[in-house]
Amino acid sequence: MSAKKFEIRISSEECKGCKRCVSACPKKLISVGKVINKQGYFAVTAEEPGNCIGCGSCFYQCPEPGAITIVEITED
Amino acid sequence: MSEKVKFGRSPVFFETFNRKPGVAKKNMHYCPGCGHGILHKLIAEAIDFHGIQKDTMFIAPVGCAVFSYYYFNCGSISVPHGRAPAVGTGIARSQPDSYVISYQGDGDLGAIGFNEFIQAANRGEKITVFFVNNSNYGMTGGQMAPTTLPGQVTTTSPYGRKVETDGFPMKISEIVNALEAPVYIERVALTTTANIQKAKKAVFKGIKNLKERKGFSLIEVLSPCPINLKMNAEEINKFIEEKMMKQFPLGCIRDNSETAVPYIAPPVIRDAEKVRETLFPRRLSEGVAADFRNESPIFDQELRVKLGGFGGQGILSLGKMFADMARLRNFNVTWMPSYGPEQRGGSANCSVILSRNRIPSPMISRDCDLMISMTQTAFDKFGHELKKDGILIYDSSTMKKPDIEAGVIFGIDALQIADKKVGNNKVANSVLLGALAVILEKKGYLVGKDVADYDKVFEEAIRECFSKKPQVIDANIAAYEEGKKAALENL
Amino acid sequence: MELNNRLLLKGNEAAVYGALLAGCDSYFGYPITPASEVAQTAALLFPKLNRVFIQAESEIGAINMVIGGSASGRRVMTASSGLGISLKQEGMSYLAAYELPAVIVDVTRGGPGLGNIGPEQSDYFQLVKGGGHGSYKCLVFTPNCAQEMCDMTMEAFRMAEKYRMPAYVMADGVIGQMMESLTLPEPVKYDYDPEWKMGRVVNGEANIHTSIYMEYDDLEALNHKLQAKYKLLQETEQRCEELETEDAELVIVAYGICSRVASGVVSILRKEGLKVGMVRPQMVFPFPTNALQKIVNKCNVKTFVSLEMSAGQMIEDIRLAIECKKPVHLCNRMGGHIPNCDEVCDAVRKIYNEVAK
Repeated sequence: MSAKKFEIRISSEECKGCKRCVSACPKKLISVGKVINKQGYFAVTAEEPGNCIGCGSCFYQCPEPGAITIVEITED
Repeated sequence: MSEKVKFGRSPVFFETFNRKPGVAKKNMHYCPGCGHGILHKLIAEAIDFHGIQKDTMFIAPVGCAVFSYYYFNCGSISVPHGRAPAVGTGIARSQPDSYVISYQGDGDLGAIGFNEFIQAANRGEKITVFFVNNSNYGMTGGQMAPTTLPGQVTTTSPYGRKVETDGFPMKISEIVNALEAPVYIERVALTTTANIQKAKKAVFKGIKNLKERKGFSLIEVLSPCPINLKMNAEEINKFIEEKMMKQFPLGCIRDNSETAVPYIAPPVIRDAEKVRETLFPRRLSEGVAADFRNESPIFDQELRVKLGGFGGQGILSLGKMFADMARLRNFNVTWMPSYGPEQRGGSANCSVILSRNRIPSPMISRDCDLMISMTQTAFDKFGHELKKDGILIYDSSTMKKPDIEAGVIFGIDALQIADKKVGNNKVANSVLLGALAVILEKKGYLVGKDVADYDKVFEEAIRECFSKKPQVIDANIAAYEEGKKAALENL
Repeated sequence: MELNNRLLLKGNEAAVYGALLAGCDSYFGYPITPASEVAQTAALLFPKLNRVFIQAESEIGAINMVIGGSASGRRVMTASSGLGISLKQEGMSYLAAYELPAVIVDVTRGGPGLGNIGPEQSDYFQLVKGGGHGSYKCLVFTPNCAQEMCDMTMEAFRMAEKYRMPAYVMADGVIGQMMESLTLPEPVKYDYDPEWKMGRVVNGEANIHTSIYMEYDDLEALNHKLQAKYKLLQETEQRCEELETEDAELVIVAYGICSRVASGVVSILRKEGLKVGMVRPQMVFPFPTNALQKIVNKCNVKTFVSLEMSAGQMIEDIRLAIECKKPVHLCNRMGGHIPNCDEVCDAVRKIYNEVAK
């Protein structure tokens, strides 16, 4: 039996802090961080990225192509 | 343990945006929370899914998406403001292997380029148009758009859009729905996750239609513009859901995707031999050899012919036939019709000049060698242009014999003969041409072999001149013979 | 079946024959007198070879379809007249900036405004000097007969592709409307797959076309590149025909239908013993500066006459070409009038005699 898990990975340098993902996440995993990135935005962070259910809501809400990646992890 | 990306950067985008100036080579240039990025991702995913990246031609408009070619790794062109559907037409028709995406905003599509857009939709161009409706002009800093809501404040509607003077928001999708040709029209919104998923389905359908050459697809996208509208992510979603959707209801307006028949253009013919066969005229038996030269010394100088009458008498055709006869006999020839103000009032005239040499001006205002006049008005206007030793042939059934000095003045009842003897009053011009044959021979324009094949050349010219109306060829030939007969009897 | 190559065609029709013989794939155009026969003939002939004919919704639509067709690596053309060309100028500026080839036939009519359908040459400035926004130029061919309408349209395709820029074939109402006998050239062998074809993958990236350069240095570099190309053209591609200029004291400069009138004038005045010659630009950009310089530097020439159907447009280029070393007189008609041989003879005689004094 293999178990599937999902994980949110946020590239904080690509985030513009628009917060569309914050309200979109059904598990409320994403919040605005405290650090300003090189572009001058408060980038979002995922506090418990492993609790992601892989729905993709945050990815599709995010206007940036690679700021959010959802990875599917299969454990043997 | 293994991992794979479930949702991530599309391979249709460049890995790094090297065309984009500045240091942020992974980001798009759009403002935080802008809908363009969301829509770009949906389109990229659909292009990838349908495997058409190699032949996709993405048209960047004037508007915020002007730099879309920073991001999409496919054929791309940034076009004049509003002209994307016209440029797209040029691409799609000239290069039928390509898949053309026109991506446009409110001003580009709904205002300055509305005609290009609606006409391409009406022609049913096989392109897919993404129309980003965010209720204002984003790129230039939030001016009023055709889609701006009643009462909405923008930088050019500082007191709110006033419907009495600015009109109402343009419902583009509904307007397109009034046309027959478009295959698929749907309005979606980039707000809630549920709505974005619906948008994704519509984008995929639009790209599928493109791939299958089904026809014109329009996806209107209500899109967040939070920075210009000075709202945060939640407020802008609320604005779209509560205000914009009232004016622009979501949903599929038309979907004929399943029944639409794909159109595949036939392959272009470039073979040189086929081009020759299409463009080059057949050499008819009556024609003269390529090296034939008229021997008459009269043609050492150019022959200047003026023909005048009124519209409908066939005076321009008469000139053309005469010119064509000259062409068939390897003369250089010019035929210049009445042009400009002369055309008005029903009068028609033309000048024909033939020569063995290069012809200077094709216009005749004096020193006319030969004049054919079918009305009194034409003669009154041009009679003075005839040389003292020139030839005048006139239709004596429509004008009286003029009192002038000329080499030959010959009247023939052309209209009467055409009507009575041939039974067709449209062929008076060929009667005149028959009379001319006799006079040209008598005056030495035709010598030796010329006399023998003049008739044949006439026949060939007639056949060419009336190739689209073969039923009148015989009447013209009969009229020509009658003209000759009358001239021989009366000259 | 034996084929003939001699035809009697209007100049407007001859341009379409030339285009098809040159391998033109697509025609996009809007009807306008006196250029409509170009669109009509294209509508008749292009589909016979499965080539594309579209009657565009507007002049603007047409030139933008031309942009699309050219960007996708096809030979494309359009045609219009005066006011239609004015509408196309936005697209012309873009074509110049993209460095894309295209052929545009302008059968010039009377202006300004709606003017009339009579022949004028008053599009000279908008064709030769750029016409739209930005510092760009287009090739401008000036045929004076149906044969040249065909031949120069073919040549316009060749040059437009060689130099990657739009080319005008500038006719006037007479050259477009007049029928003349001509000999069709052989079709060019078709092997056209240009490097600038949109979407072609070069170094891992698909070709794109853009004219927006946000960095000032980049836009300046584009301008320098374009200007270098125009300079090269001016140095190497001048075309003109000379008539009796060897010992001429007065040289008429005329193109298009005016050059036909001028050639008649030269032969009449020569018979009277007046030493008159003619320079006929076959292109007005690049302008035949070398030929005019050579003539002005000869001691016999005393004066020039610009014979044109406009209010003194080409005359400026003549003055520039001869660096104002000799006077240049204007002899012109406007409003749709074609200068009549007699009136030009009178005007030239008068100038000639004044100079001789």
